[in-house]
Amino acid sequence: MDGEELTEQETALYDRQIRVWGADAQRRLSKSHILVYGMKGTVAEFCKNIVLAGVGSLTLVDDRAVTEDALSSNFLIPPNENVYAGKTLAELCCNSLKEFNPMVRVSVEKEYMQLIENKISIQITGDLSRFGGDFFDKFDIVIVSCCTRMTKKLINEKCRKLSKRVAFYTVDCRDYCGEIFVDLQKYIYTKKKLDENNQPTTVECELQYPSFQESISVPWRKLPRRVSKLYFAMRVIESFEEAEGRNPGEISMEDLPAVLKLKKELCEAQSMNESHIPNALLERLVMGKREFPPVCAIIGGILGQEVIKAISGKGDPLQNFFFFDAMDGKGVIEDISPPNV
Amino acid sequence: MASLHHSSAVKAAKVLMVGAGGIGCELLKTLALSGFQDIHIIDMDTIEVSNLNRQFLFRQSHVGQSKAMVARDAVLRFRPNISITPYHANVKDSDFNVEFFKQFNVVLNGLDNLEARRHVNRLCLAAEVPLVESGTTGFLGQVTVHAKGKTECYECQPKPAPKTYPVCTITSTPSKFVHCIVWAKDLLFAKLFGDKNQENDLNVRSSDASNSPENGEDVFERRDNENIEQYGRRIYDHVFGYNIEVALSNQETWKNRNRPKPIYSRDVLPGKLNHQNGNVDKSCATDDLSSVSTMASLGLKNPQDVWSLAENTRVFLESLKLFFASREKEIGNLSFDKDDQLAVEFVTAAANIRAASFGIPLHSLFEAKGIAGNIVHAVATTNAVVAGLIVIEAIKVLKKDIDNYRMTYCLEHPSKKMLLMPVEPFEPNKSCCVCSKSPLSLEINTHHSKLRDFVEKIVKAELGMNSPIIMHGVTLLYEVGDDLEEDMIANYTANLEKVLSELPSSVIGGTMLTVEDLQQELTCNIYIKHREEFDEEKEPDGMVLSGWTQAPLEKKDDNKKLVGNGGSTSTALPTEGQKEVELVEISEETEISGKKRKQPGISGDETNNHNEIQKLDVVDDGEDDLVILDQCDIDKKKKKRLQ
Repeated sequence: MDGEELTEQETALYDRQIRVWGADAQRRLSKSHILVYGMKGTVAEFCKNIVLAGVGSLTLVDDRAVTEDALSSNFLIPPNENVYAGKTLAELCCNSLKEFNPMVRVSVEKEYMQLIENKISIQITGDLSRFGGDFFDKFDIVIVSCCTRMTKKLINEKCRKLSKRVAFYTVDCRDYCGEIFVDLQKYIYTKKKLDENNQPTTVECELQYPSFQESISVPWRKLPRRVSKLYFAMRVIESFEEAEGRNPGEISMEDLPAVLKLKKELCEAQSMNESHIPNALLERLVMGKREFPPVCAIIGGILGQEVIKAISGKGDPLQNFFFFDAMDGKGVIEDISPPNV
Repeated sequence: MASLHHSSAVKAAKVLMVGAGGIGCELLKTLALSGFQDIHIIDMDTIEVSNLNRQFLFRQSHVGQSKAMVARDAVLRFRPNISITPYHANVKDSDFNVEFFKQFNVVLNGLDNLEARRHVNRLCLAAEVPLVESGTTGFLGQVTVHAKGKTECYECQPKPAPKTYPVCTITSTPSKFVHCIVWAKDLLFAKLFGDKNQENDLNVRSSDASNSPENGEDVFERRDNENIEQYGRRIYDHVFGYNIEVALSNQETWKNRNRPKPIYSRDVLPGKLNHQNGNVDKSCATDDLSSVSTMASLGLKNPQDVWSLAENTRVFLESLKLFFASREKEIGNLSFDKDDQLAVEFVTAAANIRAASFGIPLHSLFEAKGIAGNIVHAVATTNAVVAGLIVIEAIKVLKKDIDNYRMTYCLEHPSKKMLLMPVEPFEPNKSCCVCSKSPLSLEINTHHSKLRDFVEKIVKAELGMNSPIIMHGVTLLYEVGDDLEEDMIANYTANLEKVLSELPSSVIGGTMLTVEDLQQELTCNIYIKHREEFDEEKEPDGMVLSGWTQAPLEKKDDNKKLVGNGGSTSTALPTEGQKEVELVEISEETEISGKKRKQPGISGDETNNHNEIQKLDVVDDGEDDLVILDQCDIDKKKKKRLQ
């Protein structure tokens, strides 16, 4: 922190939010750099939120072309084919996002294209994971979506190897559900509390987060009974896609029998009763190709709040998974961590 | 629960949104993405710079334009083939009557004030259209569903009447910074720059019965040949020096309180004011009035700094100067506006000096502006989450999936691991005077209270009626309307000034009055009980309305799921995190009312609910964070009637 004052323009624009989190937090936001990978509807919502909040920069990675699915839940894409033809999702979203806040530097990362020697692949899966650690070092926050389990692990590891703390988040929405994963590594932050005399005081808290790998490796039977079923269901789908070499979301009705069979196997291996993961839930996740816009707004909003908290160092960050299912309307935090963390 | 698959119900739906602000922008976008094709949207406001941090459909270039119109245009850019009908109008206009509301399948509120919410609630009940209500403040938010006959209406849990501060706290014994703000804004600023004919409680009541030396002369009038600096110092010395000395002379007041210190300008700023930038003497007639600023003139850069007593004194005197130097024409007509930089500077300084006098911590301009302007802090993310929740409930409504309607609370700190907590809606409150038409009773001194008091404080403020008709049996005592005849108007005007017992049809203990608002299709029967005495502090209005009570809450077993019984007259709230679930009213932006003479309480308010929020947050900065309910704004109503 170099103690720079907020400009008059910033003070006027950010007045209402400065009243929520303070001028100091606003300054930190303006110096933060965010990397986002996978521009689906939920991520678009998140990007809108974070740009409005006034971060320093936002870098987008997604060189897929526009599809019907993308148009259905991503309001950053202009629906006119003449406009979007030939442009990647990242490029289109970048143009829209810039308009929300001229003070934020929004850009597209394409460098990785040069890393692919022979094959030009338009799938982003796995590509970002080939980037070196020095690439991720440029950022304070990395958000990944639309990637395989392997990619999530790889990117998470690269972030963890850096000497500077790079916060790592995954976000995925399927059907009417959403999942957020948070890894802040070792995180120190301040919190207001009332002391013994009921006087407001500030305390410092320290949290230790497990990596994505460590977290999902926790044996299922060791987790509390009431852990959200969505957690397990998402892991089953993830495992299926990995086993079949699929891209995330590349799954359909025909796969359902195989998915249910895999669920059974996984439950056996984990010594967990297979009825614990409802087949109906798996069916929904398999069939639910398109994102549901209200869920995008909700998950994108929660994720936005979490990232703002992490950057500002104020307020309890969520530990370490968040689940939402519009069918029951609950937004639940689950702590999935190995016992010694 | 039935699937949320919604295409056909949504495609055919006609939806009304009320409000195109923080929640409105997010909601319109999500509705459009979710397949809604016929959306109407009402908003009377225009776009301001401070909106742009979250109302993302608007750009800098749109400042000053209609929110409803610009929102529509922005959304059509990514959904060009849907129909969005904007109305740049006040939802309370008579155009938006029951017939208008009947054309919609569901109404979605994204409002920022209690008055409008109550009005829409009544129209939805009358039109029998379900209403999805919502509100956000900072990181907190909620969404509720109201279906006539099936759930509570928005008013079944009466929103508490705004707490008012007793006059003496404001005029004589402030103990919090907010008291100083109210004094600076509603008394001093009003006295110096507002309507001079307005009675004003600015002068402290002295225990000494004799009049002040300036008998017959208004202390606050600038004398001939008095230059601005002399005038400023004289006012300063009068309110911060002399008045305090007078107050101190009343020993009783200070028996159990800290005594204030009188402050005189000569002690704080002995020399003449230095003109830092030298531009005070320039006539500012050609300058853009909105850029006239004391901070600029004095070289004070940071609105987050807490100024010293000397700096506050400089700001006080300089602001006064700038008002007279560049905005003289407005003096006598000004009312405080949080976007008026000079007014904010003056009020900040005045409040701080008073605070210094009473040993209350000083505040920055940024903080003072928030308190004086009742600014509600707001961020985009909470609005986005709430918008998503609203659409989910709207879809349930369209599919008539009544059993799955939920009230959802967005928490800042998780309760039972939940950040988003759904609760089943409660059944209608049988003693709700709005949806259950149950009678009320009013304790009032029928020999002292005038009809005017009854109309303003009970009928309009507490009952939220805009255009009331008041009858005693078959006799019309009062009504509001466009097509009234001259003699009727004269009759009503005369009635307003009469005490209840002396009305043409005498209203005394045991009388039953009928109060109606035709537009809202609401009728209330009020049983009058005569009472001689009222507590000045607790019942400053001298009137107590009762019978409109909250349904009794029963304790709930912790292990049961978070839903109500459904069977009994009331359903309970979950016990853990119960405080959080009691959030009944969260407003995004709220307004403070105009101040009227002879009002025993002067408003600067807190809601019970915000106290709830503070409790669970475990954060209290010492100063009460204000979410101030919109109270009956009498000025605004007057203007409406005269149209």
